[in-house]
Amino acid sequence: MAAKPSVVVFDYGFGNVRSCENSLIRAGADATVSSDVDLAGSADGLVVPGVGAFAACMAGLRRAGGDEVVANRISAGQPVLGICVGMQIMFANGVEHGVDTAGLALWSGTVERLAAPVLPHMGWNTVVAPRSSQLFAGATEQRFYFVHSYAVRSWSESSTTRITTAEHGETFVAAVEDGPLWATQFHPEKSGVAGAQLLGNWLAEISK
Amino acid sequence: MSLAVRVIPCLDVDAGRVVKGINFRDLRDAGDPVELASRYSSRGADELIFLDITASSSQRDTMFEVVSRTAAEVFIPLTVGGGVRSVADFELLLRAGADKVGVNTAAVGRPELIAEAAQRFGSQCVVVSVDARRAPAMSSGFEVTTHGGRRGAGMDALTWLAHAAELGAGEILLNSMDADGTENGFDAEMITAARELVSVPLIASGGAGAAADFPLAVAAGADAVLAASVFHFGQVSIDEVKQELAEAGYPVRRVPSTHGH
Repeated sequence: MAAKPSVVVFDYGFGNVRSCENSLIRAGADATVSSDVDLAGSADGLVVPGVGAFAACMAGLRRAGGDEVVANRISAGQPVLGICVGMQIMFANGVEHGVDTAGLALWSGTVERLAAPVLPHMGWNTVVAPRSSQLFAGATEQRFYFVHSYAVRSWSESSTTRITTAEHGETFVAAVEDGPLWATQFHPEKSGVAGAQLLGNWLAEISK
Repeated sequence: MSLAVRVIPCLDVDAGRVVKGINFRDLRDAGDPVELASRYSSRGADELIFLDITASSSQRDTMFEVVSRTAAEVFIPLTVGGGVRSVADFELLLRAGADKVGVNTAAVGRPELIAEAAQRFGSQCVVVSVDARRAPAMSSGFEVTTHGGRRGAGMDALTWLAHAAELGAGEILLNSMDADGTENGFDAEMITAARELVSVPLIASGGAGAAADFPLAVAAGADAVLAASVFHFGQVSIDEVKQELAEAGYPVRRVPSTHGH
């Protein structure tokens, strides 16, 4: 394997793909932005970004063939990192403005509006990561940049899945590490030095 | 609450160059927005705002290049505002690497722009900037101004910001034109009145003169605090502001001492 892991930031029209690319390059990846499903399928790592509405992101991802790419990669054990709405769509479904949209259903759980006095949850927050977390190694005390109004508020623990939580009005899922599929509700690419540490941890994991 | 109060420096950019004196020693180029953004980021800024004040339309494209270079080097959220008139302007700035786009005068003239941008790109990237001043004729006592505070819009400022939030603004940047430049502190009364009306994040702007001013804006209801000249002239450092906020009991983000790369 090359010294630098190859990473494709999947471009399906949602998310700040350039920032993801820039921060991954800075963290040591050979990163490119692409909507090419073959490239996305063969890279060492695939990043699925996403901002805006759950339903719009899901529709965009399906149009671009990203749903199949992600499913194929996960069943083959190839690493995928979802960011923000790119994390939310890994869950069973999302409910926004009364509309219930099916997600990729790689995890059970529903993405719902947070109950908090101020929304969106916008800014730098702390997280509670499990001791076994590889994603947060060396960065458990840091703050990360969140921008979202919806999140997974209840989940079932499993021995193989590491769940990191955060709080805004209530406790929600801030990150998941589950075999080849990792994801963050916050934006590591916008989380300064702390975010760079996380991306570096993911790159180290996918280089194994 | 564990969400940190955001401390945000605002840089005025004219034809690709930062204007208003910037007083960091050891800067190679004090007029380069990218270098300043990077400096503020390493000194603890939680976000950055670029306000494009370029008057000449032929030079407006320089902003896209500035935003793109900044996004390649600075890994904290960047809001870009100034002269944004259409969904197409939003798209160009977001594509260049802005995380959020600020809209002001154009939204006052055509409020649907807020809804259109929120629908297309998501509320999280739509920052509605409101320049307000005290005006007894208005029912709330505050009036919207446009064109950098030079024109009264004849519109109640609090009614407007509540409407902006309903239309899909993800955040309100509330700038007091009375306090702006005075260095006598934020307009706490206006912040509190706004806080009671909207549940989106509120950035307080205008009037900061000393580090001790900032906790008062947060006590009044601000989620984030913005300043320009006091940071640029070195009167107050971001660290001093965070120290004051922390002493007042508000959570702040401390920048890790290790610098990657």
